[in-house]
Amino acid sequence: MQTDRNGSVLKRHVLGFLKYIIIIIVMITIIFPIYAALAGSFKTDNEFLNSNVMLLPKSLRFQNYHKALFDNSMLIGFKNTAVIIAFSCIGTVFTGSTTAFVLQRFKSSLGNYTKALFAIATLLPTISMQVTIFHTINSLGLIDSIFAPVLLYIGADIVSISIFMQYLNNIPVSLDECAFVDGASYPKIFVKIILPQLKPAINLVVIIKAITIYNDFFVPALYLRSNKNTVISTALYRMVSPYSTDWEVVCAGIIICIIPTLILFFALKRYIYGSIINASIKEIF
Amino acid sequence: MSKLSKTKTFSQWMRSYKGQKIITVAVFMLIPLALLLTFTYIPAINLTRYSVEIRNRYGNTVEFAGIDNFESIFTRGEYMIAFANTGFYLIGYFIQIILSLFIASILCSKIKFSNFFKGVLFFPYMMNIVAVALIFRLFFQKGNGINNAEGTLNSILILFGQEPSNWLSTKIVVNICLVFVSAWRNIGFFTIIFMAAIHSISKSVYGAAAIDGVNRRQRLWYIIIPNIRPIITLQILLAIRGAFGVFNLPYIITGGKYGSSTFIMKTIETAFIFDKIGLASAMAVVLLFIFVVITLVQESISKEDK
Repeated sequence: MQTDRNGSVLKRHVLGFLKYIIIIIVMITIIFPIYAALAGSFKTDNEFLNSNVMLLPKSLRFQNYHKALFDNSMLIGFKNTAVIIAFSCIGTVFTGSTTAFVLQRFKSSLGNYTKALFAIATLLPTISMQVTIFHTINSLGLIDSIFAPVLLYIGADIVSISIFMQYLNNIPVSLDECAFVDGASYPKIFVKIILPQLKPAINLVVIIKAITIYNDFFVPALYLRSNKNTVISTALYRMVSPYSTDWEVVCAGIIICIIPTLILFFALKRYIYGSIINASIKEIF
Repeated sequence: MSKLSKTKTFSQWMRSYKGQKIITVAVFMLIPLALLLTFTYIPAINLTRYSVEIRNRYGNTVEFAGIDNFESIFTRGEYMIAFANTGFYLIGYFIQIILSLFIASILCSKIKFSNFFKGVLFFPYMMNIVAVALIFRLFFQKGNGINNAEGTLNSILILFGQEPSNWLSTKIVVNICLVFVSAWRNIGFFTIIFMAAIHSISKSVYGAAAIDGVNRRQRLWYIIIPNIRPIITLQILLAIRGAFGVFNLPYIITGGKYGSSTFIMKTIETAFIFDKIGLASAMAVVLLFIFVVITLVQESISKEDK
């Protein structure tokens, strides 16, 4: 009896220990590839070629960061990405909230068809669709204009529409009815009463939109070919060439590119899991 | 006189509930619907139309092709290889789901620093896709002794006294490496969803189970898994869609070399490098068809669950 109990205690200890071992192996697998880039970003050209990637750099030198930012158009990339994010967020908040308002407040069979129209749009494979969207963008004369991605990011964003609808559900309809009886028009009610109440939804939409745009590669790679219109993803991508690549500078570029994400991650720790999962699941339904 | 009364009724109508409603709908929906038509529905209609044509990017040489395009997709080897590569990602995703369920059940048990582990696990999912791809180009790189150092993986092997190897050069190995990268990026996402689902199981269920003397393995099999079944179904559907939609990582890491092309990569290459818009449209239509089937399956499953 006694030994049996000891055995189960021992077993529990072993299991508890095993749990940590497994998690630590997973953590190492996640961190090592990033660590290699971080260590590489401080090395000199010679040091990078002749030392093991996993070894720490001899000294903390920031020349590679300087090179990545100023000689490789990453700064222009940051500027253009910021401009595209700003325009797209304003556009998405505007179109998403008005669409959601109409669909949620004026329920009708026409509204249901419209909802279906937006929902069906998410079925289409976005990247393959560029085969013909390219044609549309070309005929609008928007090739190599930052408005090409901006319009594509704003158009048919079912994620933000459903986030706005979810929040609108919690704003009582009696509020707009009171204002309407007092003689306010619907657009006025929307701007003065609804929009201020939607602030948390707007924050959520902006966060999701900003992360998605910051991480997007294919749309800017296809439509923004010139150097002056490069965004952060394409600037980083172009640092690697098939002939000779300064990997220590690329490593610095990778780290520079990750830093804003890291800052956002720490600043919004509490919301980030919920909002990103919310977004990816909505896209499917 | 009559004109005056007409304008009066119009302005009255405008102020009435019905008038207000129609005007608001028109003003509010104009831009969203215009964008939806221009960037989604017109391209989608064009896609179906072009899929039975032979045409170039600017549409100045158009010929009717019938089902020729579809025939080439299903008979020519290069497209079938790209299709077959989806299989690697499907298997990879299923392994990921099992692994992330396992990790989630560990992180939901009593464990120190679980928030830190959760953060580290999830962060790759938020990272810029080009940054992830380049980190793994460096990771799998084979040194040539002149201007390329050994990559991360080979460096670790050398530290343990093993021979460095050329990872991205044979068809099967290159695809396994790419699946690994996609798992590295996505596993945190799957884990977080599982963790949320496990946390939502009522504490009293565990309490009752503990009284009945249920052990760990039984708890996973008989309590956790049945309770989060809808989430597992969702993950599997996300995985199938994800496997067919792979593009960015292989595009940046290998550029489709050594047989690592995916179906979307072939589509884009056909359209923008070989300038065969008709054939590329047909490929997009095939993918669209697959996505529609997946969604229909998902609809019928979610109805059954209810």
